[in-house]
Amino acid sequence: MFTISGSPHVHGDENVKKIMYTVVYAMVPAILVSIYFFGLDAARVLLISVMACLFFEWAIQKYLIKGPVTINDGSAVVAGILLAFNIPANIPSWIIIIGALVTIGVAKMSFGGLGKNPFNPALVGRVFMLISFPVQMTSWPVPKALFSSQVTDAITGPTALGILKEGVGAGKTIEQIMADPNMPAYIDRLTGNMTGSLGEMSALALILGGIFMVIRKVIDWQLPVSIIATVFAIAGVFHLIDPTHYIDPTFHLFTGGLMLGAIYMATDMVSSPMNMSGKVFYGVGIGLITIIIRLWGAYPEGISFAILIMNAFTPLINSAFKPKRFGTVAK
Amino acid sequence: MNDILLFTLLTLGLLGTVMAVILYFVAQKFKVIEDPKIDLVEDVLPKANCGGCGFPGCRNFAEVSVKAANETQSLEGLNCPVGGNTVMKEMAAILGLEVEEKEPMIAVIRCNGSKANSPAKVQYDGPASCAFAHNLFSGEGGCQFGCLGLGDCVASCDFDAIHMNPETGLPVVNDKCVACGACVKACPRGIIELRNKGKKDRRIFVSCINKEKGGPAKKNCSVACIGCSKCFQVCPFEAITMENNLAYIDFEKCKLCRKCVEVCPTDAIHELNFPLRKPKPEVTDAAPKERPAKVVAEAAAPKADETSNETKPDNIA
Amino acid sequence: MKSLKTFARGGVHPDENKFSANAAIEALPLPKQLVIPLGQNLGAPPKPLVKKGDIVKVGQLIAKGEAFISANLHSPASGKIAKIDDALDASGYRRQAIFIDVDDDIWEEHIDRSDDIIRAISLSKEEIVARVKECGVVGLGGATFPTHVKLMIPGGKTAEYLVVNGVECEPYLTSDHRLMLEKGEEILIGTKILMKALGVEKAIVGIENNKTDAIQHLKKLAEKYSGIEIQALYVKYPQGGEKQLIKAVLNREVPSGKLPIEVGCVVSNVGTAFAVYEAVQKNKPLIERVVTVTGKAVKKPSNFLVRVGTPVSDLLQAAQGLPENTGKIINGGPMMGKSVSSPDIPVVKGSSGILLLPREESKRPQAMTCIRCSKCTVACPMGLEPFLLAKMSKLELYERAEKDNIMDCMECGSCQFTCPSNLPLLDYLRLGKQRVGHLIRTRK
Repeated sequence: MFTISGSPHVHGDENVKKIMYTVVYAMVPAILVSIYFFGLDAARVLLISVMACLFFEWAIQKYLIKGPVTINDGSAVVAGILLAFNIPANIPSWIIIIGALVTIGVAKMSFGGLGKNPFNPALVGRVFMLISFPVQMTSWPVPKALFSSQVTDAITGPTALGILKEGVGAGKTIEQIMADPNMPAYIDRLTGNMTGSLGEMSALALILGGIFMVIRKVIDWQLPVSIIATVFAIAGVFHLIDPTHYIDPTFHLFTGGLMLGAIYMATDMVSSPMNMSGKVFYGVGIGLITIIIRLWGAYPEGISFAILIMNAFTPLINSAFKPKRFGTVAK
Repeated sequence: MNDILLFTLLTLGLLGTVMAVILYFVAQKFKVIEDPKIDLVEDVLPKANCGGCGFPGCRNFAEVSVKAANETQSLEGLNCPVGGNTVMKEMAAILGLEVEEKEPMIAVIRCNGSKANSPAKVQYDGPASCAFAHNLFSGEGGCQFGCLGLGDCVASCDFDAIHMNPETGLPVVNDKCVACGACVKACPRGIIELRNKGKKDRRIFVSCINKEKGGPAKKNCSVACIGCSKCFQVCPFEAITMENNLAYIDFEKCKLCRKCVEVCPTDAIHELNFPLRKPKPEVTDAAPKERPAKVVAEAAAPKADETSNETKPDNIA
Repeated sequence: MKSLKTFARGGVHPDENKFSANAAIEALPLPKQLVIPLGQNLGAPPKPLVKKGDIVKVGQLIAKGEAFISANLHSPASGKIAKIDDALDASGYRRQAIFIDVDDDIWEEHIDRSDDIIRAISLSKEEIVARVKECGVVGLGGATFPTHVKLMIPGGKTAEYLVVNGVECEPYLTSDHRLMLEKGEEILIGTKILMKALGVEKAIVGIENNKTDAIQHLKKLAEKYSGIEIQALYVKYPQGGEKQLIKAVLNREVPSGKLPIEVGCVVSNVGTAFAVYEAVQKNKPLIERVVTVTGKAVKKPSNFLVRVGTPVSDLLQAAQGLPENTGKIINGGPMMGKSVSSPDIPVVKGSSGILLLPREESKRPQAMTCIRCSKCTVACPMGLEPFLLAKMSKLELYERAEKDNIMDCMECGSCQFTCPSNLPLLDYLRLGKQRVGHLIRTRK
C-alpha cells in the first residue's frame, strides 16, 4: 500500500535533538574549565542539576500532564547545564533540586512545555534561587586549580564584579579598587582563574563554544555580538568621561556572566525574537539594561535580570520587526 | 501614630467618596438604554453561544428577536435549535407572541464507508484535518464522496454529541445533538445533514452521497448507493428522488414504512430505532454473503460508543 | 560570460540525487490504450469534439478550448475513440477523459516529422501566437498555463526580457537537463520565436550550476543567436520559481500579487520553448513530452519521451519495474510533487517526472512543538513567516492570514523541509490559502 501525504516528501537533516545536543557539546569546554577550577564540587553541581531537571520533566509529563514524555529531545539537559552554570560550586544539593523544580516545573512545564515558555527557564530558576537563598547564592568559592599544590586560607571570596560594586559604593577610585588583593589580574579574568559561578569562569571557553554553535547554525552571531558591543560601548563612553570612577570596558567583557548570558542564555530560541533586526534590537536592550545595573544598580551583575526583562518584550518585538516581504522592493 | 491613622482614613475616605460620586454621574450620563426585554429573553436562552441560530452569541439573538418582535410582531425565521420548542415558547411568552412548534432535528451521518465496507487502498500520512485531506486526495478507501474519518466534525461540536468510532472510522451522533449545524458546516464533503428526529426517534435515510454510476461506486465501497432506483419505484409516498445516480429521501414526506429499506440491494438505506422485524422465511440470493459481514461491522458501533442508540439494520439473513 | 548568480532571500539545499542525468531520452513504445484527461491546463478544460467510435490520427484536434484561458487538446495516437468517461487523476478524484484504443501510428499530413532543424522563422508575431494557440502549447514547467495567453501582453505593459527557465531546481528530475543537451538548438530557436512573439530583443536562459554540460553546450550554440544570454546560477531551491529566477538573473522583484510582466519579464520553461519550436516550425501540436522516471531503488533511472495519455505503469515497466519496497509514488519532484495512490493514472502535459521513494523515506518523522527557531522564516523565499501563517490557518483566523500575505506563498515547501520539529507547515499553509482564496472570491 502506498502512502499519500502533502508535499514536500523529503526533509532536511535538522531536528530538535540535534540542535539541543550541539548546544551541549558547545558547553563542554566551559564544563571542563569549571571542573578544573572547582574540582568534584563542580561535577556534583552539574550532575545533580541535569539529573533533577530530567527527573522533574519526566515526572511532570508522565504523571501530571499524562502526555507523551519527551526527555530525550535534550532540552532538559541543556536547561540543567545552564542552571548549573549559574550557581556557585559550593551550594548545597537540596537548593539545586529546588532550583531545578522551578526551572522545569514553573518556567517551562506550566506554560506548556518545550516551545511555549516566554522566559528563559534556567534564568528563572537562577533568579528564584538568588532571591530565596541570597546567602548561599552569593558565597563564591575561591577556585583551587585541580592539580595545583596551592593552599588557600579563605574558602569563599567576592567576585571581581562584587569587589567593583563594593568599592564604588565605598567611594574608592578605580585605581584603589584594582589594587585590592582579591581582585584577579587581567590574565586571570581571561582564563577564568577567579571566583564566580560555574559558568562565569573562562570567557575563552565560552567563546569557543559560541563559535562552534555559529558554525553549526544553531545561533546567529548577531545577537551575542550586539549584547557585548552595547555593554562595551556604554562602559567605554563612561570610562572616557570619568576614568577614575568608571572602569575600562574590557573589564566588563570578561567578568561576571556577560559571555555566558550573551552566548548561551539570550540566544535561547524559544524566548528570543524571530527576526534578525528584532534580535539586534533585543540584544541592544539586554546590553543596555545589563550595563545600567552594573554601573548604577544595587546588584553587581545585571545580565540575568536584563535577559528576563527583554524576554517579556519578545512578543512585542516579534510584532514590530517582520521580515521584508518579497516584492515590496522595486529593484 | 493615631495622627497618621486619622489622616490616612480621612484622606482615603474623602478620595473614595469623591471618586464614587464622579463615577455615579458618569455612569448615569453614558448609560446605554436597552430594552429590558432583551435581558429577559437572554435569561431563558441556553447561553451556549454556539451560533446555531445564525447569530453571533445568545445576547445577539436576544437583541435581534426583540427588535423583530417590536417591528414585525413575529418571530418568523428565528429559531434556537439548542433550546428547541421549550425555549421558543418561553421567549414568545415574554414578547407576547405566538410561535409555532418546530420538529426537533438531529445531525445524520450519510456515509457508511467504514474500514470494512470501504477498505483502505492507500495510507494517509498528514495532519488530522478533513479539510486538508479532502483537497489532497479522494480518501483512503478511494471514494471521493466518502467520509475521511479525520474528525473535523468531532472537533466542531460544542455539545459532546459526535464522536469517532475507531473501529469503523466513521463518526457517530448521540442524543446530546441539538442540531446546531456546526458539524454540517465543518464537513468538507457535505456528508452530514440535519434531518427530523422522527416520531419515537425513528428515521430512515440513504447512507450514501456518492454521485457516480453504480460500477465505480461499488468498486470503492460495498454499501454504496448504485442508483438502481428500486427504492424510488417502491415508495408509496413519493418521498424518494433520484438525481445523479443517488437516491434521496425527503424527511418531510417519509412516513417510515420501511419498504425502501427492504428492497435496497446494497443496504445503503438505514432505518434507526425500529423494533426488530420478524425474520423472513426466504433469503434473497442476491448477496447473502454481504449481510453477515455488514452486520458484524455495525455491531461494533454500540460497543465502542455506549451513548449511541443507533441499532443494527435488522435484515438478519 | 558572467559569474554565478542567485536570489538573495531564503531557499534550502535538498540532496540533488540526479540519478538519471546521464540517461539519454528514449521514446517509449505506444500503449494499447490512451486515457487523455480533458483538464490538463490551468483555466477551463477544453470541450471534446469527438465522440465514441470516431477514428482519429496523431495530431488531430480532439478538444477545443473555448474560454479565454484554455488550451486545445490533440490526439497523441491514431485509432478509435473508445469512450468519453471519468478516469482517475493524480489525486484519486475521477475527472472526464477521452479513451483512445491505439491502432498503428498514422499522423496528420500537415505535421513535419523530419528531424531537420529549421532555423528561419517565417511567421509574423500574430501568426506565431495563433499557431501556438492552435497547437495547444501550455507551460511545461508544471503550471500548464496556456502559452498563447502568456504571449498576449495586457495593455499598458511592455515586455523587456524573456527569461527561459532551464533551472530544474527540483531534486531527482532531469527531463529539462536532457532536453537542453539533446535539443539545445531547437530550444534556442524556440526562444527566438518567443522573443519575436513578445517583441523583445533580449532573452536570458537561467541554468543551475549542477548542469555544467548543458551550460557549456548552450553557450556554444547561443553564439549564433543574437540577444540570447546563458546565465549560470548557484544551485539553490526554489530557484526555478519564476519570481526567484527573475530576481536571480535580473535582480528585479515582482510585486506581491502581480505577474512578472510588471517588471517587464515573461518567463518560459525550456520544455515550453521546445514545444513552441515544434509547433511553429514543424506544425506539430503538443502531444508528447519528456518524463523522468527515477528514485534510489529504480533499476534503470530514465528519461522517456512519452505520448500524453500513456499510463504511468507503462513507464515504470520500461524502467525495469516498480521496486519492491516502494512506499510512495510521486508525480513530480520531491519538494512540490503530488503523491498518488496507484500507477494506473495517465501522463498529462504537466507531468515532469515520476519519483519512487522507498518505504523508509515515505513516512514523516513525528511532529513536535514549534521551538520558535525561525528557520522556516529564514528559508521562505517570499519573506513570509510560515510558523505564524500555519498557526493562523489552524485556528481559522483567515482575515489575519490574508493581511499577512498568505496568498504570496508559492507552496515551495522550503519551510516544512527545514523545520526541526517536522511540523506540517505547508499542509496548513495550503489549507489556509484555499480558504482565503475562497473568501476573496466570494467577497467580490
